Amino acid sequence: MVEYDKPAVAIKEMLKRDQVLSAGHRMCAGCAAPTVVKLMGMALRGPTIVCEATGCLEVATTIYPYTAWEIPWIHVAFENASAVASGVIEATKAMYAKGNYAHEHVDVIAIGGDGGTFDIGFGSLSGMLERGHDIVYMVYDNGAYQNTGIQRSGGTLPGQETTTSWAGKVEPGKRQKKKPLTEIVAAHKIPYVATVSPGYQRDFITKFRKALEVEGPAFIHAYSPCPRGWRSETGRSIELSRLAVQTGIHPLYEVIDGEKYIMSGPSKRLKELTPMEEYWKTQGQFKHLFKPEWEEFRKQIQVDINHEWELLKKKCGI
Amino acid sequence: MTSVERVPEDQIVVEGLTGDAAIAHALKQCDLDVLAAYPITPQTIIVEDYQKFAANGEVDAKVIPVESEHSAMSACVGASAVGARVATASASAGLALMWEVLYCASGMRMPIVFTVANRALSAPINIHNDWSDTYGARDSGFIQIYCQSGQEAYDTTIMAFKIAEDHDVLLPIIVAIDGFILSHNVERVEMLPTEAVHKFLGKRVPFIALDPTKPITMGPLALTDYYFEFKQQQIDAINAVPDVFKKVEAEFEKMTGRKYGMFETYKTEDADIILFTHSSPGGTAKAVVDALREQGEKVGVLRLRMFRPFPAKEIAEAVKHAKAVVVFEKCLSFGAPANPLAMEVRTALYDLEKRPMVTDFVIGLGGRDVPPTTIVEGYEKTKEYLKKGKAPFFETLGVRK
Repeated sequence: MVEYDKPAVAIKEMLKRDQVLSAGHRMCAGCAAPTVVKLMGMALRGPTIVCEATGCLEVATTIYPYTAWEIPWIHVAFENASAVASGVIEATKAMYAKGNYAHEHVDVIAIGGDGGTFDIGFGSLSGMLERGHDIVYMVYDNGAYQNTGIQRSGGTLPGQETTTSWAGKVEPGKRQKKKPLTEIVAAHKIPYVATVSPGYQRDFITKFRKALEVEGPAFIHAYSPCPRGWRSETGRSIELSRLAVQTGIHPLYEVIDGEKYIMSGPSKRLKELTPMEEYWKTQGQFKHLFKPEWEEFRKQIQVDINHEWELLKKKCGI
Repeated sequence: MTSVERVPEDQIVVEGLTGDAAIAHALKQCDLDVLAAYPITPQTIIVEDYQKFAANGEVDAKVIPVESEHSAMSACVGASAVGARVATASASAGLALMWEVLYCASGMRMPIVFTVANRALSAPINIHNDWSDTYGARDSGFIQIYCQSGQEAYDTTIMAFKIAEDHDVLLPIIVAIDGFILSHNVERVEMLPTEAVHKFLGKRVPFIALDPTKPITMGPLALTDYYFEFKQQQIDAINAVPDVFKKVEAEFEKMTGRKYGMFETYKTEDADIILFTHSSPGGTAKAVVDALREQGEKVGVLRLRMFRPFPAKEIAEAVKHAKAVVVFEKCLSFGAPANPLAMEVRTALYDLEKRPMVTDFVIGLGGRDVPPTTIVEGYEKTKEYLKKGKAPFFETLGVRK
């Protein structure tokens, strides 16, 4: 990897960058995860190692004997990307100190999906944050266990239909709220937490670079539309990434040291939230919500989102 | 191989150490880069002592006090992938929690040294010794060596790195001692000067490593077209262990005068009946043999050290003259015709033209004491079975029935 002074936020700068993920990676058409990874690549500043949890991105990009990864990459299991990354970063430091490793500093990035982060990898993540390793953890949140066939996770939205939260005669899809993971991570009082969306590239890349630059753990929560699981059009993933921000289900903000909340431009500029109907109608997984019997449920979701949005604005001093 | 010399006696430090402390002292001298571990009885002293060395600046490894054993083994895999020399320690439930990652460690060919103070598995929860934990990991691709004394644990821990890191092997390795019986009992341990250990081990030379100057992908998805080949390579690797082990031990012997072998035979040459066990019952069995020999009984002991890979041919050769082999093991395989150790022994002997009878006695579960009388009971029963010409597949000894 070339060492870069600044992240590539302008298109012409991006074009000069080495890709971290090559073409032919076998992710689904329209999946936002490769875009998320490529935007991450635009923020890199030097030697980097990626540690990835089991998931769509992992299986599709590294089908032996091929790999799409242009930078060092390791996968061990589903729930342990944070622990693996802990071992990687400490090993580079210990070995460098003894003259047995070429790089004084390596940026170590752990990546997991929402299942591997909100649920099964949560303990490992929390341990890594508490120990204070200099690691950036990025979750690409596509709202379900898409790799195993669209099952509900702690990251699944209320009203979302999955293969383990069916919309049926008596159920409206997932009834529970989404786990407030970003807030939980921020409560670890780590130096940097940010939400990003591949629909706002400049914001994404700038934040990812900040995450790399802080000393200690940083956390990036990336929204990542999944046309296969969401039953959305493959050409609209970036649009949906923006809509998620505009509706307030994935507001863009930063949390410094677990205390200082900063609303990011794309969210800050919103005059008001776009109604959830605009988001739901783009995806087959929410189709049932428009049935009359779920009207109250539907309204309650909007009430809850409005409430969370006001809370967040207050935290950000807006 | 580096050339080593005999360490002069005046450079050897003798201390009274528990089995755990002996292992901790060995780890201290092995120039680790990373140790990641989680506390669990009766292994905890290993981690505590090592952390104390770290707190006093006596080691220059990074110690990762992980939040679970699953993360302990995961962090070890990550560190080992960078090329670091890595160790961890656990027992019982902790080892069980690691189970998924054990297969990753061996499948990804990470030469991690994993010291274990053997302890029973729940339920009921029990902190005392048996071998259910590491026997449960017998198919995980780890090399497994069991020790009978604190000295042996110290020596084996040092040798373990050299065996695991050899490019013909590149496999993780378990060094096991009996929980409490060995882990918490103080014995005389002779320790080498650290420089001698460093010279003996050398630096780890990784075959491949995570290095930004030479990007590689580790731990990819391998499906029907390649998975099996990865496993075939693991077979070849573990089959290479005995030769590497012998080479490493020969060098260690040059340095210390001590060697242990893949197993120890004690008065087996003319024995009609050979007691077959490992770890602490190995010592008890040898005492029993001495007593029985005084009464004119022709009996000996084969004390196994290397359970994985199982040195089947060598064992068959060592016991083929006997009328019976009496297996004592601290593990059950529920519903199996026999238990893990006896199954190995029976398989090893099956192809002999004249097979010794193999009896299988499950002893000492959950730390139940194994006094010499238990060993004698198994011996006497086997004599009876020899007279009858047949024996049950297995029995339990020392339990209220």
